[in-house]
Amino acid sequence: MFWDKKIETLKTDDLQALQLKRLKKTIAQAQKVGFFKKRLSDAGITASSIKTLDDIRKIPFTKKQDLREGYPFGFFAVPLKEIVRIHTTSGTTGKPTVVGYTKKDLDVWADLIARNMTMIGVGKEDIFQNMVNYGMFTGGLGFHYGAEKIGMTVIPGSTGNTKRQIEMIRDFGVTTIHCTPSYAMHLSEVAEEMGESLDSLKTGIFGAEPWSESVRHTLEKRLGVTAYDSYGLSELFGPGVAFECREREGLHIWHDSYLVEIIDPNTGERVSDGERGELVVTPLVKEAMPLLRYRTGDVTMLMEDGCLCKRAKKITRITGRCDDMLVIRGINVFPSQIEHVLLKIPEVGNQFMVYIDRINHLDEMTVEVEINRAFFSGELTDLARIQKKVGKELRDALELRTTVRLVEPGSLPRFEGKAKRVIDRREEI
Amino acid sequence: MDTKKYVIRQISIFSENRPGRLAAIAHALGEEKINILAFSIAEANGFGVVRALVDHPEKAHDKLLSMGFNIAFTDVIAVRMKDQPGGLYEVAKILGDSGINIEYSYAYSGKEGAVLILRVDLVEDAIKKIQNSGATLLERSVFH
Repeated sequence: MFWDKKIETLKTDDLQALQLKRLKKTIAQAQKVGFFKKRLSDAGITASSIKTLDDIRKIPFTKKQDLREGYPFGFFAVPLKEIVRIHTTSGTTGKPTVVGYTKKDLDVWADLIARNMTMIGVGKEDIFQNMVNYGMFTGGLGFHYGAEKIGMTVIPGSTGNTKRQIEMIRDFGVTTIHCTPSYAMHLSEVAEEMGESLDSLKTGIFGAEPWSESVRHTLEKRLGVTAYDSYGLSELFGPGVAFECREREGLHIWHDSYLVEIIDPNTGERVSDGERGELVVTPLVKEAMPLLRYRTGDVTMLMEDGCLCKRAKKITRITGRCDDMLVIRGINVFPSQIEHVLLKIPEVGNQFMVYIDRINHLDEMTVEVEINRAFFSGELTDLARIQKKVGKELRDALELRTTVRLVEPGSLPRFEGKAKRVIDRREEI
Repeated sequence: MDTKKYVIRQISIFSENRPGRLAAIAHALGEEKINILAFSIAEANGFGVVRALVDHPEKAHDKLLSMGFNIAFTDVIAVRMKDQPGGLYEVAKILGDSGINIEYSYAYSGKEGAVLILRVDLVEDAIKKIQNSGATLLERSVFH
C-alpha cells in the first residue's frame, strides 16, 4: 500500500535530481537564518556552489548545541506571523530547543505520517488510539494529524490513566495504537490484571525510545498486534522520519524529504553502506526551520540490500547514541540539563549522580545530590523542603518526575577525567 | 527571668539512610570520650537527622565536622515529667494551652526520673510558661 507511490518509489536518478533541487532550495532558505548565513559565508558556500549532492560535504555540520544559541526564534527562516505551531524538545542545558512550523510544514509533516501509516496497511477502516503526550512533545499532534489525513478514526488518548485507556480500546474497538514500547509493556500488564484481552487490536506503532526484537516478540504476543518501529526527532518535524514497512527489516527513511549521511562521529568522515555510524540528516522540505547536516546523535547504518516493498534504501533500527543523551519514558534528557538545574539551587552542591531503573516497565530516574553544608539548619523539615524544591526544579526543566535523594556533603564521587554520572540499570527492552 | 540557662544545645547531624551511618557517629563520639545523654533519629525520605544531647557539644561538633558530617546546633529545652500515667499530658497541655507548637520531642528516663526534650517554635515563651506552671525545667548545666 502506498500513500504517494510515485515519490515513494522514485528511480535513483530521479530521486537524486529531486534531492539536489531541494537541497539548493534548502540552502537558500537557510541563508535567511543568521547562524547559517554566517556559517555558509565563512565556508565560502552559496546555493550555486552546490553542483552535486556530494558537494554537501563542504557544508559544516549543525549540532544540537548550536540551536541553543538561537533560543527562542533565532533559527526561524520565516517571519513569526508565518509560524502556525511551536513545539519544544530537550535542549542540552537550561533552555529547550524550539521548533516552528509553517502551515505548509504541518501539511508536509502530516503527509509523511500518512505515508508511514499507509505503508503498514492501516487506513479509513481503522480506529487509532494515540497514547503519547499531546503537549509540547511532537509525537501527539504529529501522529494525530497524519492519522486524520488518511481517514482513520482518531482517539487522542494522550498519556496516563492506563485503565481508562484500556476501557477505550475495548469499548471503541481500537485496532491501532501508538505509544512508547515501555508504555505498551505496562499497558499489556494492566490489561492482564483487568482481565481484558484487547481482541480488537491489530497494529502497534512504537517509538520515541530504542527497543529490541525480543520486546517486539513479547508485545506482539501480549497485545496481539503486529509491532512497527517508528523513528523521528523534533528537529526534523517529529515522528515520521523513518518507519518500518511490513517486511520489518529496517526502517524506510524518506529520501525525498531527508538527505541522509552516515558519518564516523569522531572524524566526521562518511562511512560506507553497511557500516555503523552517526545519522546526519539535511531535511529537504522544511520551510520554517531549515537545517543543514544536522547531527542526530543516533547510531544506525544504511542497509545495502533493497526491500521487497520497492521503496528506497533503509536504515537499521537505532542501536544507541553517540552522545550522553538519555531516553527516559520517551523523553530526551541530557545530563548537562540536570547540572544546569542544580547550579541554580544554592542549597545543594553541584556534584550529582543519576540512576535509571525500570520498575513495572516504566523508567524511573533518581538523582542523588549533596546537601550544601551552609544550608543545613539541623531541621528535618528544612531538608524535606530542599528535597522537594530540587524535585520540582528538575520536573519543570525536564518535564519528568524524578526521585531526589539528598546525600551527605563530599560523599558523591568526584571525577578527574570524563565524568560518569549516569548509571543506567535498565535491562534492554 | 534568665531563660538562657534553660536553653540546651542539641547537636543535629544529617545522615543518609544507609547501614553504618549511626555506627560511624557513635564510634567517633566514643573515641572523643563524649557521652550521649539523650538521643533520637528522625527519618524522612531516604535521609534522616540524628539528634543528640551530649556532655561536650562543641567537641562533638568539631569532631564530626572534621569527619565530613553535616552538623548543626539546635536549641531545645528539657522538662522533668512525672514518671507516672498523665505525666506527659501535664507538660503537653501547658504548651498547647499557650499556643506553643512542639516541632518534635523525645524522652529519656534519667536517674532522677523521666525527662522530655522539646523543640518548640517559641523557646523563650515556652520556658516562661512551663516555669509559671510549676513544672521543672532542667538547666543547661545538667547536660553540659
